[in-house]
Amino acid sequence: MGSRFWRYVASLIGITVCSIVAVQLAVHAQARGGAQTTPAPAAPAAAPAYRAPRTPDNHPNLNGIWQSMNEANWNIEAHSADTWRVSALGAVDATPPGAGIVTDGPIPYLPAAAAKRKENFTNRLKLDPEIRCYLPGTPRAMYQNMPFQIIQGTDFIAMSFQFAGALRTIYMKPTPGPADSWMGWSNGKWDGETLVIDTKDFNGMAWFDRAGNFASDKLHVVERITATDADHLNYEATIEDPSTFSRPWHIQFPLYRRKEPNARLLEFKCVEFSEELIYGALRKGATN
Amino acid sequence: MNRRCLASLSIAAFAIVITVALVIPQTLVGQAGTAAVKAAQEKAAASATKPWTGKTPEGVPDLQGYWTNNSYTPLQRPANLGDKAFYTPDELVEANKRRAEQEAARADNNAPGTTNDVHYDFTQFALDRSQTRLTMDPRTGMITDPANGQLPAPATADAGAAGPRGGGRGAGPAAGGGGRGAGGGGRGAGAAAAPGGGARGAAAAAPGGGARGGGGGANYNSVNDISIGSRCIWTNTAGPIMMPPGYNPAYQIIQGQGVVMILIENQHEVRVIPTDNRPHAPSAVKAYLGDSTGHWDGNTLVVETTNYNPRVLTGTFAGTSPDLKVIEKFTRLTADQIKYEFIVNDPTKWSAPWKGDMPFVKIEGPIFEHACHEGNFGIYNTLSAMRLEEKRAAEAAAAKQGK
Repeated sequence: MGSRFWRYVASLIGITVCSIVAVQLAVHAQARGGAQTTPAPAAPAAAPAYRAPRTPDNHPNLNGIWQSMNEANWNIEAHSADTWRVSALGAVDATPPGAGIVTDGPIPYLPAAAAKRKENFTNRLKLDPEIRCYLPGTPRAMYQNMPFQIIQGTDFIAMSFQFAGALRTIYMKPTPGPADSWMGWSNGKWDGETLVIDTKDFNGMAWFDRAGNFASDKLHVVERITATDADHLNYEATIEDPSTFSRPWHIQFPLYRRKEPNARLLEFKCVEFSEELIYGALRKGATN
Repeated sequence: MNRRCLASLSIAAFAIVITVALVIPQTLVGQAGTAAVKAAQEKAAASATKPWTGKTPEGVPDLQGYWTNNSYTPLQRPANLGDKAFYTPDELVEANKRRAEQEAARADNNAPGTTNDVHYDFTQFALDRSQTRLTMDPRTGMITDPANGQLPAPATADAGAAGPRGGGRGAGPAAGGGGRGAGGGGRGAGAAAAPGGGARGAAAAAPGGGARGGGGGANYNSVNDISIGSRCIWTNTAGPIMMPPGYNPAYQIIQGQGVVMILIENQHEVRVIPTDNRPHAPSAVKAYLGDSTGHWDGNTLVVETTNYNPRVLTGTFAGTSPDLKVIEKFTRLTADQIKYEFIVNDPTKWSAPWKGDMPFVKIEGPIFEHACHEGNFGIYNTLSAMRLEEKRAAEAAAAKQGK
């Protein structure tokens, strides 16, 4: 136990120190790089015209149930309408057209990554984690066409997603990520009207959309969420992953408050809906 | 490779992602043993007994933090204890020691070359619940009403027949407990009967489900023959009632304005409970976790849950009707403890409502992501091994016929 234990402690300390340094470096790099590398996406630095109602601890109140209203989950880039994935579903499964949420596209894939993205698209029925009811990852969870709820505490902000019952826990006191995960490890801070969330420690298995856009476990997402009026949030994120993309890039879209009386998240435990797809060939008497 | 082993494999999927966070802080304390640690412990002990007055910025009681209900305490008082409702401190230590030894005995079975060797090692990480913080609940059973510590009489003879209690799958202490039942089969009446503890029972009742025995003889014709828990669909101990699971007994509460969120680590079950006492969702909207609505009653969060998905109404809840309602009350007594009370009522099933309670105590975070389904190789291994077994049997039969 002894030496193994101390090795563990040493690695914990190492991880902690590295993470703190990395977060600081990333924040600095981002502050400098945002202006240098690309045209500013939708003027994130502009002073917001709207001052959100405050929580009792004096932060913008983002509590509520929110949902995107766009076609990004089909393809985050601008795209025309396209035919079905599953012919039996006809028009229901056709891709609706979308103007995209990438503000400085096309997505700057490195050559190998571009090839993989193509392969993902070709095999999307087999590979898309959403079809298999895997956790959607970040940022995909934010624009899947299902509601999510922000539960805003002081030290923690939770985001509870209807799809697959996914959860993001935002640590408002910086905490190093202990392990890779689907949803990533999120540290947050307030920048005036804006909630800024720095997320990494991904496992690299989540996709951005149904079109096979993806990133690796080096993905680093910095999100900025700002209320623009009582019922809308502006969502923007900087996406970087040096092993997949040649430069950081950005997405932006509005989030809409669910206004139904007594709006609530309902339960969408999709595992059992994916089982025939995943395990059907192992059914007794299966012919394939 | 027998079928019990296959069951174990599928359960093993749970072990892939496991909280070490629960173990490490205690290990650190155990290793350090300095005066500073002792002083911190004494300070913690002092604050642990001071009545809790903490409020959130919103002004309601602050329940936030990481918690566990890790315990060996069964739902019903063991029959041999008669009217003894509490253990003395010494008796509790002795009882926990005995129950820890029972778990360790299973771990001893994991010798190389044995069937259990393909299972995980119960002494690792937090799988053996004696390795994580126990609530040290002195109750001999959770039920406080009826006073005899037992579930009330059934409302009718039929209702009684619908919900048998005792050994077998219905009495498994947890999703993990189901696996243990399959491995050892010996969890008797002393095991905590988790509400919905028979997720395995639900699987057996699912379409296409073959006859499912208590610990072997399963057919595994399809994924439907595997328990809901092992399939990572739902953790039966998530309830509500939230029962102590066999492992991963960690919870985090986060409060926003007008809402309390409870993360149940096992299978990342998330309960988002509004505290405006709103009406329930329409009764047609069923959910594994039910539909919960809450309000504050002084220092107590009161939560009412109904609309349970019928598939989870197994084990203790077998034979309940759509009228089943569970009231939970969360009262933070000290910095270190939440008193968790529950009242279960279904006039179709029981002749009277019944009540119980258990403590939740503080633990260190953080909680890791429990991506259960995503790493569930156990299902694939179970089904593919069964198909291989059938293929070999068919080949052997054909060869015999050919002779």
